[in-house]
Amino acid sequence: MSEVKYSKEHEWIKLDGDVATIGITKHATEMLGDIVFAELPEKGSSVEKDGTAGVVESTKAASDVYTPVSGEVVDTNQAIVDDPSKINQDPEDSAWFFKLKIKDPSEMNTLMNKDDYDKFAKETSA
Amino acid sequence: METKKTSLYQLHQDCNAKFVEFAGYQMPIQYSEGIVEEHKFTRNHSGIFDVSHMGQLFIYGGEDLIKDLEKIFPLDLKNLKLNHSKYSFLMDKDAGIHDDLIITKTKEGFLIILNAACKDNDFKILKEFLGDKYKMVMDENRSLIAIQGPKSSEILNDVINGVKDLNFMSGNWFTFENQKVYITRSGYTGEDGFEISIVNDFVDQLTRELINKGSKLIGLGARDTLRLEAGLCLYGHDLDKDKTPVEANLKWAISKERISKGDFIGSDIIIKQLNDGVSKIRVGIKPEGRIIAREKTKIFNQSDVHIGEITSGTFGPSVNGPVAMGYVENEFSKKNTKVFLEVRGKKHPASICSLPFYKKSYVKGVN
Repeated sequence: MSEVKYSKEHEWIKLDGDVATIGITKHATEMLGDIVFAELPEKGSSVEKDGTAGVVESTKAASDVYTPVSGEVVDTNQAIVDDPSKINQDPEDSAWFFKLKIKDPSEMNTLMNKDDYDKFAKETSA
Repeated sequence: METKKTSLYQLHQDCNAKFVEFAGYQMPIQYSEGIVEEHKFTRNHSGIFDVSHMGQLFIYGGEDLIKDLEKIFPLDLKNLKLNHSKYSFLMDKDAGIHDDLIITKTKEGFLIILNAACKDNDFKILKEFLGDKYKMVMDENRSLIAIQGPKSSEILNDVINGVKDLNFMSGNWFTFENQKVYITRSGYTGEDGFEISIVNDFVDQLTRELINKGSKLIGLGARDTLRLEAGLCLYGHDLDKDKTPVEANLKWAISKERISKGDFIGSDIIIKQLNDGVSKIRVGIKPEGRIIAREKTKIFNQSDVHIGEITSGTFGPSVNGPVAMGYVENEFSKKNTKVFLEVRGKKHPASICSLPFYKKSYVKGVN
């Protein structure tokens, strides 16, 4: 299994073979506040890198969730739709959003590693 | 223009507030625990809200002032008891709403609590009507805090003895550290509670004492979810100059006595609408499932005809689901009418429902 990578839109992605698991970062959940609604892409649909692949809403506002790489949606996490507060509790593990069969592994190279993301998150939220 | 800070700014910072600019003020939107926890804490215990950005307008006068204010507000101020409060609105001649407000009769005249974003304009309008006949003071030297929730009466009474005997929508002068404070039993959360007007230099001390007794500061974010669950309007969203009190379904706040005679600003339109009905009206809307329909969401009927718009919508933590209100064409305003809400290009089912979403627990009569 490869290392976890991060996007500028505050998603994390973990690659296992040709299947990537994607969610939003802890930093993103802290910025959003209490998440009370989640919408996920449909299983079997295709998503394009940096395109919209879901929505999260806090009590205050709605935000799009983007996919950091292209691929076909092979699984979605119904548990976070049923109880969106799980996203605040465990964003970078059990509260993953969707799994993709990725189209182009080289897209992973455009993403940040943990150190770079942490730096990026700190700078953009200051 | 520089953003203003309230006298509780330091305390907000000490409590790790996240700030937003609201009506020209730096106001706390939430603290470290977040909107949902703050909302629930208010419903179950006691929450303190800094509402010092709101206008506290004191108008001094006697019988003449009552007559003059009755030409402006649709209220029976003559028969309003001393230290009692009423919810009302400042309207234009077409009954469009400039602001919604709480007016209290005091020994010296009247105290009117105005929305922060409207207060300067309200003052100008009232000054135009009243001229220089009465002393009018928008008191910037006083702060205003609200303490709301079931434990608030006990907590506040521990600090300022006697407040627990106030009835809902009535007030009086009390003393805190030799300072005169005006306290009313009122609020905007659907909970029992109080609003406290106190000089700026003492508000920090009073608030810290209330926190020590078990209350907590609550931000504007939870104030919004609390008032929406309670079915209460937010000016600039659910109310504005294009809506009348009758359309806003607030005719309960208009004095029947005054309707029979008219002669207040907007009375022609109000009387006409009460007799003939209105074409659009404010209703509660409950989306099915978890979808949240925010302000400006379009409402459709079952034949896919656009019939209205959401004016406030969020997730209600106590209802544990989405809640909204908005305006629909009158014929679709009946309870349980099925409608559709267009969110992100898709139409989601919802139904018209009665307000509030969350049942009030005001203290009606202590005495």
